[in-house]
Amino acid sequence: MTPEITIMREELPPMRPPRRHLLSIEDLTRDDVERLLATARSFDQASQRELKKLPTLRGRTVVNLFFESSTRTSSSFELAAKRLSADVMSIKAAGSSVDKGESLKDTALTLNAYDPDVIVIRHAAIGAPQLVAAVTGAHVVNAGDGKHQHPTQALLDLYTIQQELGRIEGVHVAIVGDVLHSRVARSDIQALVLCGARVTLVGPPTLIPRGIEAMGCEVSADIGAIADADVVYVLRMQRERMLEGANYVPSLREYTARWGVTPERLRPGQKVMHPGPMNRGVEIDPRVADSPDALIEAQVRAGLVVRMAVLYDLLTHGPVGVPVEAAMEVA
Amino acid sequence: MLFVKAEPAENLVVRGARVLDPVEGVEAVLDVRVDAGVIAAIGAGLDTNEHRVVDGTGLVLAPAFVDPHVHLRTPGREDEETIASGTAAAAAGGYCAILAMPNTDPIVDSAAVLSSLAENARAEAVIPVGFLAAISKGQAGAELTEMGELADAGAAGFTDDGRPVVSPGLMRRALQYSPVAGRRVAVHCEEPTLTRGAQMHEGIVSAELGFTGYPSVGESVMVERDLSLAGYEAQPIHLMHLSARESIEALSRAQAGGVAATGEVTPHHLCLTDEDVRSLDANVKMNPPLRGTEDRAALIEALRDGTICAIATDHAPHARHEKDVPFEEAPFGVTGLETAFAALNTHLVAPGLIALSTLLERMSAGPARAFGLEPPRIAVGAPANLVLLDTGSAWRVLEDDFRSRSANSWLLGQTLKGRVRLTVAAGRIVFEG
Repeated sequence: MTPEITIMREELPPMRPPRRHLLSIEDLTRDDVERLLATARSFDQASQRELKKLPTLRGRTVVNLFFESSTRTSSSFELAAKRLSADVMSIKAAGSSVDKGESLKDTALTLNAYDPDVIVIRHAAIGAPQLVAAVTGAHVVNAGDGKHQHPTQALLDLYTIQQELGRIEGVHVAIVGDVLHSRVARSDIQALVLCGARVTLVGPPTLIPRGIEAMGCEVSADIGAIADADVVYVLRMQRERMLEGANYVPSLREYTARWGVTPERLRPGQKVMHPGPMNRGVEIDPRVADSPDALIEAQVRAGLVVRMAVLYDLLTHGPVGVPVEAAMEVA
Repeated sequence: MLFVKAEPAENLVVRGARVLDPVEGVEAVLDVRVDAGVIAAIGAGLDTNEHRVVDGTGLVLAPAFVDPHVHLRTPGREDEETIASGTAAAAAGGYCAILAMPNTDPIVDSAAVLSSLAENARAEAVIPVGFLAAISKGQAGAELTEMGELADAGAAGFTDDGRPVVSPGLMRRALQYSPVAGRRVAVHCEEPTLTRGAQMHEGIVSAELGFTGYPSVGESVMVERDLSLAGYEAQPIHLMHLSARESIEALSRAQAGGVAATGEVTPHHLCLTDEDVRSLDANVKMNPPLRGTEDRAALIEALRDGTICAIATDHAPHARHEKDVPFEEAPFGVTGLETAFAALNTHLVAPGLIALSTLLERMSAGPARAFGLEPPRIAVGAPANLVLLDTGSAWRVLEDDFRSRSANSWLLGQTLKGRVRLTVAAGRIVFEG
């Protein structure tokens, strides 16, 4: 029995032709973002049902290709595809032919021979998703490329903010910490600015990229700058991406003392987000991480429905707002 | 100092071309006759003497080009380029002489390696080629090479190109010793502690894309150091592939202060900026990186006013599979020999940023003088080093058309204006197109 599923009608902007890929937030318009968030809300409502699986992408193939370690992103893409009834294949670099020196291009061509509808890729090198998009016929979703972009993280962060605060426009988000090494920060800045939020970057000057104000954000080295933010978005200190001896900060101890997000530095009601994985006691005080104002688990839940929406949006050609089954016929 | 395959010299008449030699101060529609490889007569309505006649009507005849910065990848990476393929590519680009860099495998740091290259060039070089030798053994930056013996074996100059001479002490010694060799020292200016892990110019674009930046000062602090050392030792110095406005300012100041410093700039730095890196195309990845709009403007201005006297392609062939990777994993470098004139004619001359005569001078006499080579010129008695250019002809840059063994060009697929119709190098016709 096919459960009766419809995407809820909302006040939606006019539909654009479907996009081939999601490589960067830069690829999206504000209309695109609003459509994706609305679609995610519909899936969120569907997820409240006892029977969570939808037939929407039955017969479609989604390949998850992860060259970097991941818990949240890989599991949520996998579950998102499964919830939509797609066939999912998850490949991790460790244990694959990558260990034998196979190039990314050859790995992509090999998988392309199975005619996947979507390839979700995470890779340490900036430009890897673009290469996969260029050599395969699949829709490509960037699940994080080096320090460049992580567009589905930004979408799930927008979704979380929208659900918690009821709006994105005009919300003040302070992004705190290691912006330099953070693809999450870059995607979030673009997405938040696109949707009319105000963004302030806070952290040591050595970890704030020179020239980043051009993206439309403010910059401060003073942790006091988080005081009037509605949302404090804490970034992970990405020690694995830092070159040895690069001296970004004198010590983690000094970093934590100056820029650690502690209960004392927050005011009640200020929401706290973190893309995970957290270094408790470094960039975020454990009391903050566990407080009711922390939205970290909400972010993970949002990740599932947002990634369902992204897959849906790439693979269905009918406008959002018509019954899914009808959309399937068009597709 | 230059080596080429021995071939019989040419008898030739180029009829009715616009002869344009900025050095000789010639610009007129004239015939040029070459007898046995030497320019024998210049004038209107010359006798052909039963020589082969090339119709130059509507074309520009100029002194052929000199490229002071080419990677021939030989020895070691003959799959990417050989002396034969690299000089054939240069001939197609209108060049009559090129200088090859020593960062090969093995590195050109001994007379033995240099002599074998010279022998190789005498057997297969289509146009004259000179070889720069390393400043330091293994380009390791610790010990000087035997510069005297290398010069005797035919080294055209000295450089550790591909990397900087990190130690100021060693750089000073190289400058002090260079008069013994009688050759110029050329430097790749980069302060490695400022460029660790760098992928592109540090600026707004790198901030947005997330690449580790190579700041302008990563080049210019080394430019300033090397100019100070050259000034102190009163020795000439050549600064390779300058990219940053700050470097140009330093060079200009040093020249005004009497330092015998010359500088070169590449076609890609003159035509592109870091905005072009947004494509994430591995063929816009090079060292030094493409810089900002202001830097590009400063380079063009320096080329115009002569602060920079030479255009150098920094032709850097790479195997296709090595560039067919994500931008961040790709090696630095692009090819340029076959496209330099057309690219600059299209992007600088056509929009009026620079005069054709200036471009021709900076591609020919300028680089020749910087390395103490005889500048090509169109004058009776001079060896015939000529390029016949169709400045209005458009063509599309296609991978299959390259004579180079590599096709990592930033111009692939682009339509350019300006074609080389004929190249004469050292008195022989080396290219007709």
